[in-house]
Amino acid sequence: MTDPIESLVRGGTITRGRRTRNHVATLWMVGSMLLALIPLVLVLSYVISKGVAFVSWDFLTQAEPFGFNERGGGFWNGIKGTIKMMALASVIAIPIGVASAVWLVEFGRGWFAGTVRFVVDVMTGVPSVFVGVFVYSFVVLNTGHFSTWSGSVALALLMLPIIVKGCESVLLLVPDHLREASLALGVPRWRSVLGVVLPTAAPGLVTAIMLAVARAAGETAPLLFTTFGSRVVTGWTSFNGPDSALPLLIYRGARSAYAPAQERAWAGALVLIAMILILTIAARLITVRKGKVQA
Amino acid sequence: MVVLVVLGLMIWFTTMRSLPVVQATGASFVTSSDWLPSAGDLGTLSFVYGTLVTAAVAMLLAVPVAIGVALFLSEIAPKRLRTPLAYLIDLLAAVPSVVYGLWGVLVLVPFLGNHVWGPVSDHAGGFPLFEGPATGRSYATAGIVLAIMALPIITAITREVIATVPSAHREAALALGATRWEVIRLAVLPYAKSGITGAVMLGLGRAMGETIAVALVIGGSSTISASLFHPGYTMASVIANEFPEATGDHINALIGIGVLLFVLTLIINVGARLLVWRTARKLR
Repeated sequence: MTDPIESLVRGGTITRGRRTRNHVATLWMVGSMLLALIPLVLVLSYVISKGVAFVSWDFLTQAEPFGFNERGGGFWNGIKGTIKMMALASVIAIPIGVASAVWLVEFGRGWFAGTVRFVVDVMTGVPSVFVGVFVYSFVVLNTGHFSTWSGSVALALLMLPIIVKGCESVLLLVPDHLREASLALGVPRWRSVLGVVLPTAAPGLVTAIMLAVARAAGETAPLLFTTFGSRVVTGWTSFNGPDSALPLLIYRGARSAYAPAQERAWAGALVLIAMILILTIAARLITVRKGKVQA
Repeated sequence: MVVLVVLGLMIWFTTMRSLPVVQATGASFVTSSDWLPSAGDLGTLSFVYGTLVTAAVAMLLAVPVAIGVALFLSEIAPKRLRTPLAYLIDLLAAVPSVVYGLWGVLVLVPFLGNHVWGPVSDHAGGFPLFEGPATGRSYATAGIVLAIMALPIITAITREVIATVPSAHREAALALGATRWEVIRLAVLPYAKSGITGAVMLGLGRAMGETIAVALVIGGSSTISASLFHPGYTMASVIANEFPEATGDHINALIGIGVLLFVLTLIINVGARLLVWRTARKLR
């Protein structure tokens, strides 16, 4: 085979072979695109068509019946559990995550910051099941029981690196001249961060945080070992006992052989996807609306 | 920083929990496939095998498609289509794994088992990879689900890497009269090669660590069989499936599997990040 650059330099016309290869490659790329969309369309259309039939007001407000083969009832125990857990996880992860990102962008220099950045990158790839196993051996075994807040800790650990990475890239977009203007006025470093950098980046930060929340809301594996699941609806302020979560209920329904349980799982999947999509789309809209920084 | 401390704690606590069991079992923890926790047999080889096989199937399917998509989006798609299409691919990553699992076990498993794996093993059953009896819940089905889940990650990172290719390189190739494919092959791919390798490895890490979807579609069996159409287990899915019923040493052994899985994915992730970082550094 001749060297392709050489044949280009010799400047030939576009031979048939070259044209064919170009066509084949284009076909591959376009075909890949179409192929990649097939599973998305399939999954979403199944979830919507199967789920819509079983989502009802009762489904959103009642707890699961005690038998898998009983019809009726709903996933309120899971929906409420997920809301509680996400709230607590956000309270844990957001301050730490945003603070780490601010530190990395505004103050982080040298090998230590490099290491932190690298570890955050790597942490996004830690399998969620391992995070669950860790929280089990760290929190659940030490406290002696499954609990809502141990689930929140696991979800917070999963959100943390996503928040740090997202916020870091948003803060990097804040133009340096804003910082310099503030510093030139004699404002101390920490006050220019609080008063100038953070407000400027606020919409972007909110977006990054909401995307992380959306990601964590769908996690199932870590919850198996931490909140364990519960058949009853727990109180808003009860964080110390086993609790349910929407993904957990979907998982149990999918494993069940009974049609009513599977139907509830489809409905649950629809609710979960709807929650995640609303969060994701709202997150994007915030930056589109006020997103001068983003541009 | 908290982040570093947390990672340290993760390794420390899980290792401490599982160490006694692993030490008692010795090397057979990873070299034996006899898994009968009630009798004290704790060989995890079949799970390691399942993880590698499903991840390999997933990569075989996902890599060409994911790179094709990334090239399509960054090189040849019309400008107006780029953002919405990229958004759709991101959506593929936003779907929670439990939903893929639900769809996998209730739709994909019966379909593939009856209409695809069955006929294939009827005709090509002599070949060990396709030996019957074929079931829907198998390595092959798990591989397909994993491919769907790994694809958006590989595509996203590959696009990021391709975006760092200086446009001067592309223009130079175009000026020499290169076709669109030749531009990609001469200017884009050589520059982005190590970054794309990194992207593929990140996808591999995701595929190996994926739990819930695999737990639902892989069937659950701690035997090693060459056939892709037989049920098996991966490291992540065995933890999820057996944990709720496990006690004592069984639990500690499952935690040990978690540590093993973590170390494997950590090695892959660190390698991948280094490759992606190296490509990004060229910019500066």
